[in-house]
Amino acid sequence: METVRTGRVWKFGDRISTDFMVPGHRVLANPDLSSDEAAGFCMEANRPGWASEVRPGDILVAGINFGCGSSRNGSEPLKALGIAVVLAESISRIHLRNAVNTGLPTLVAPGIAGFVEEGQSLEVNIVTGEVKNLDTGALLQAEAWQEGTPPYEILMAGGLDAYMKAKLKERGLVAN
Amino acid sequence: MGMTIAEKILAAHAGADTVKPGQYLWCKVDATSGHRLADLEALGVDRVWDPERVFMIDDHQAPPPTVAAANKVRELRRLIKKYDITNYFEYGRGGILHQVFAEHGMYAPGDLVAQCDSHSTAGGVFNACVTNANLDAVHVLAFGELWFRVPASVRVVLDGTLPAWCVGKDVILKVAGELGTDFGLYKSVEYVGPVAGQMSLAQRWTVSNMGVEVGAKFAIFEADEKTDAFLAGRLDRPYRHVTADPDAAYEAEYTFDLSDLTPMVARPGDPGNGVPVEGVKAERVKVDQAFLGSCTNARLEDLEVAARILAGREVHPDVRMLVSPSSQEVFGEALKAGYLETLVEAGALVEHSTCGPCYGGHLGVLGDGETCISSSNRNFRGRMGSPLADVWLASPATVAASAIAGEIVDPREYL
Repeated sequence: METVRTGRVWKFGDRISTDFMVPGHRVLANPDLSSDEAAGFCMEANRPGWASEVRPGDILVAGINFGCGSSRNGSEPLKALGIAVVLAESISRIHLRNAVNTGLPTLVAPGIAGFVEEGQSLEVNIVTGEVKNLDTGALLQAEAWQEGTPPYEILMAGGLDAYMKAKLKERGLVAN
Repeated sequence: MGMTIAEKILAAHAGADTVKPGQYLWCKVDATSGHRLADLEALGVDRVWDPERVFMIDDHQAPPPTVAAANKVRELRRLIKKYDITNYFEYGRGGILHQVFAEHGMYAPGDLVAQCDSHSTAGGVFNACVTNANLDAVHVLAFGELWFRVPASVRVVLDGTLPAWCVGKDVILKVAGELGTDFGLYKSVEYVGPVAGQMSLAQRWTVSNMGVEVGAKFAIFEADEKTDAFLAGRLDRPYRHVTADPDAAYEAEYTFDLSDLTPMVARPGDPGNGVPVEGVKAERVKVDQAFLGSCTNARLEDLEVAARILAGREVHPDVRMLVSPSSQEVFGEALKAGYLETLVEAGALVEHSTCGPCYGGHLGVLGDGETCISSSNRNFRGRMGSPLADVWLASPATVAASAIAGEIVDPREYL
């Protein structure tokens, strides 16, 4: 997993729900959509057109309680759109867990909302949590996952799928 | 130092004597849902850790409105057979999972359950640690274990005497309105105090159910005779009530004197936008749809109060009222009690038990510019369909009264 990531910033406000990322009437009601098609509806209700403006490597910055609401995996469309890192003032438990399992680096970063403007660039070390604003030179410390903890291991494996494959082999539950 | 309810339950499932907030644990899990069986199969695993502790139902697009949805359920049924899942509930014998799983003995005091669907905090009403596992429910299916970070615990003291016309929904809209929808973020919220005891199990259930709406990982009540009465005959295993130690450490304690509580509504946009409905009345908010349903508020007493209000009255000509009981069991009870007959005579559309309208998927999606008053749990923009629709959250009584008036009104005028 690439540890240091640099990208331009998209800024969102407080309480961006997973309903915004995965609209029920668009995505849940249409189980035959591909991941890319579903991602096209990401943030449609709160920021129409955004999904088509995102470029691979972009960074998403948000306010409090990012990913509140449903357990729909909001990290899936964000990853499909090419978002490289998500930083938020605070993040819902369910969303954070989905992010780890999806392998999309997502960090709680108190102070981030006032630290960067949309369009500026950030450099983020997803392991240490160091965040640098490349336009202002300012530094911010995000909450890093502690080495050796389960979420750290899962994220570093690249997500739950890879982590599970290794663990199943280790426990002899699948053929090598 | 003593332990909170959540700390005791997590410690017991991790084989530890004590645990502290912030600590990471691998815990044995008592049950999960079968939403990730396809992932398990894709990983090449040919059995679940305990088929009897896996519960499954299709409740979101139920029955399927499209071929794609039908094929998805068809695939689910194949997996249910392949993995010998016995606790699978077919259409007509199920309903909404949080209700149905409880009716079939999934939760008992002291349990640790990690299952799909965010409203899993609902299970906290049974004095258990019940929360969401989404993608990693497959880890539970394979190993019967899951990692947890021990949450800090906070206590919400529900003090005073709940006025006769207020219910659990008004309580949680008050709590979320005052403390915000992130006060419980990554925490275990324990609800205690006289009003917790006064509330029926169904009302507490609403409060636990909307635990996720205040960010909580767990939303737990103590167990009492009401808990035991519901569980009687539904469980085939012994259990013990779990209480917090007197010297347990809480990160915060919030006290609400609810003696003066009045019926609440949450304005569109966020469940934390709660205000007294009497303050909204003057705005004359016209209603297009009144929805009495969802895992939050469609239990027997919710249907009873709606029937009481609608008896001998009619749903306003410009309103369609949709009623979807929380399970087929509740549907049957409401049928026998005559509540559904009363609702139908008043002009309500009684649907089967489904998640459909609440998440904007099926059987009652909102169009552009429409307004819905709903007994459900979320009013985010676009939640029930069009991003241009407004959703107001309220108790079943307020939904029923507003359906009659054609605008949002105080239910006390109709009781």
